[in-house]
Amino acid sequence: MTTAWLIAPVAVPAMTAAILVLALRHSLNGQRIVSIAATAFQLAVAIGLYGLAGDGEPRAYLLGNWPAPFGIVLVLDRLTATMLLLAGVLAFGVVLAALGKWDRRGRHFHALFQFQLLGINGAFLTGDLFNLFVFFEVLLIASYGLMLHGGGAARLKAGFHYVAINLIGSTVFLFAVGLIYATTGTLNMADLALKMPQVATSDQALLAAGALLLLTVFAIKSAMVPLHWWLPPTYGSTSPPAAALFAIMTKVGAYSIIRVYTLIFGADAGALAGIAAPWILPAGVLTLVLGTVGVLANRSMVDLVCYSLIASMGTLLIAIGLASADGLAAALYYAVQSTIVSAALFLLAGVLKQDAEGRAPLLAPLPQPAFLLALFYFLLAIAMVGMPPLAGFIGKLLILEAGREAAQTAVVWTAILVTSLLLIVGFARTGIRIFWTATPPAKGELPPTAPVVPTLVVGGMIAAVAGLSLFAGPVMDDMTAVAEQLLSPQRYTATVLESHAPPGPVGD
Amino acid sequence: MSMEFLVATGIGALTAAGLYLILLRRTFPVVIGLSFLSYAVNVFLFTMGRLTIDLPPIVDKAAPGYTDPLPQALVLTAIVITFGMTALIVVLSLRAFLETGADDVTLVVPADEEVAGQASDEASS
Repeated sequence: MTTAWLIAPVAVPAMTAAILVLALRHSLNGQRIVSIAATAFQLAVAIGLYGLAGDGEPRAYLLGNWPAPFGIVLVLDRLTATMLLLAGVLAFGVVLAALGKWDRRGRHFHALFQFQLLGINGAFLTGDLFNLFVFFEVLLIASYGLMLHGGGAARLKAGFHYVAINLIGSTVFLFAVGLIYATTGTLNMADLALKMPQVATSDQALLAAGALLLLTVFAIKSAMVPLHWWLPPTYGSTSPPAAALFAIMTKVGAYSIIRVYTLIFGADAGALAGIAAPWILPAGVLTLVLGTVGVLANRSMVDLVCYSLIASMGTLLIAIGLASADGLAAALYYAVQSTIVSAALFLLAGVLKQDAEGRAPLLAPLPQPAFLLALFYFLLAIAMVGMPPLAGFIGKLLILEAGREAAQTAVVWTAILVTSLLLIVGFARTGIRIFWTATPPAKGELPPTAPVVPTLVVGGMIAAVAGLSLFAGPVMDDMTAVAEQLLSPQRYTATVLESHAPPGPVGD
Repeated sequence: MSMEFLVATGIGALTAAGLYLILLRRTFPVVIGLSFLSYAVNVFLFTMGRLTIDLPPIVDKAAPGYTDPLPQALVLTAIVITFGMTALIVVLSLRAFLETGADDVTLVVPADEEVAGQASDEASS
């Protein structure tokens, strides 16, 4: 693998989506084959890039061979590689789970799916603030399509809210980008990191306003309280595979927070160093508490999963807000496992027909094999609330451990431990309602059978979480390396700004 | 009155109008409000390259200086994206209006679906 492969996670889904729309629009089976092959290829590329980034050396890909900071760069470092790998694994599971029922509900599911991957991968790779805005928009416009896929009145109503809040978010993003450009004269992240200490004192208030407006945008994306209310209606009214893929979109917000506030507003940023940390930790605690209240008050399994996703984002934001190497490493480990677990829970809710669209009453006969589905629910609940032995427990333990040296230890420990107990109560209550009070099928009627592929995908995701728990040691070594690389960004900025285009065929 | 004051007041008025309209409970004013906000941000981005008169946006030896071309490129991108998004939300509100018969932005599900929803709620309680 060479640096040229950096363009693959962006180029492959873009090409695939275009082929799906233009050449294969009438052949659903053709779309499925191409989409699965492309997603598998992206997963393979992500694994390769993870290996490439493993030597600790950041790599820059100059788009159009324009040297930074004049052109747009794609940058691969350990954090980007980790997030790409997570997106690849999740996408591969979701594209399989969507086969059969969900991708037949409306047209162009697979094309929208590939466009969504284009936006997600691009947002992880880009090294330019305005380009991050563009990839956010790509990701969002595909997600509007996926969210509305299949139609229905409830979905349209929730979709309007989702589109409106994100349009406001995009506007705020542009205001922030404008302020940052006006005070620094650049939008390249590495260049911004170097220019930050040189900003004139009279401009620092403007720049701080830009930095915090940017945090507001990322807060909307990562469902940070008080900007979390769009998530439950949106994820709750869309199809289970789309909701499962959306589980990584909140992590795009968290990734952006980590990237921007360690690289640009990191320790070397002079007067603006660590500008976001005082906001992230309290917001994280509030997010965790309100998410837990939502879990306790849930009326359906989809509600439960949505609010537990918000609660897990709260835990993640607390770990990010600790702003230490241990905190970041724990945050990344927790982010990886909670993404997979919440995606699996969304898929399981679809298998159990506990989704908003199916409107299956909670007391309907359980699909067979009921024992296996109950076991899956049990394991995922354990992982989500953070009980031993699964990865959720290890993640929370690492966050508690990282919080021990912070100034806010009492708040962090109380919040995480008390909400964990309440999450157990919430998951147990819903589990009892679904599995123990289900009515047996009417006499002479066979109970419904669970769809095979989504059930297998849920099983596979549980196996992945179990793997994360078993190999927690090696995984944490990698995550610690990620955090260390993030907290010493000199290598990153040097690589981006000193990358020179290889001599091209033209003009030599 | 300086040009800066006029442009800044214009951006402020557009933003205020946009924010007010977004808070209304019908989809039509919300869409108009979003458009106002995007106009405000376009002008705002444009002025971030500083307001100058009679200067070319490229380096020209004959001219005394140049205006920053980058914000103009950013505005162009932003216009295209917000235009597309506005078109999408217009279609979305039209579809929602045609399917539910109301252009309210609340999440209340219309009558025929509500029956099914209540049935499942009752079953769950």
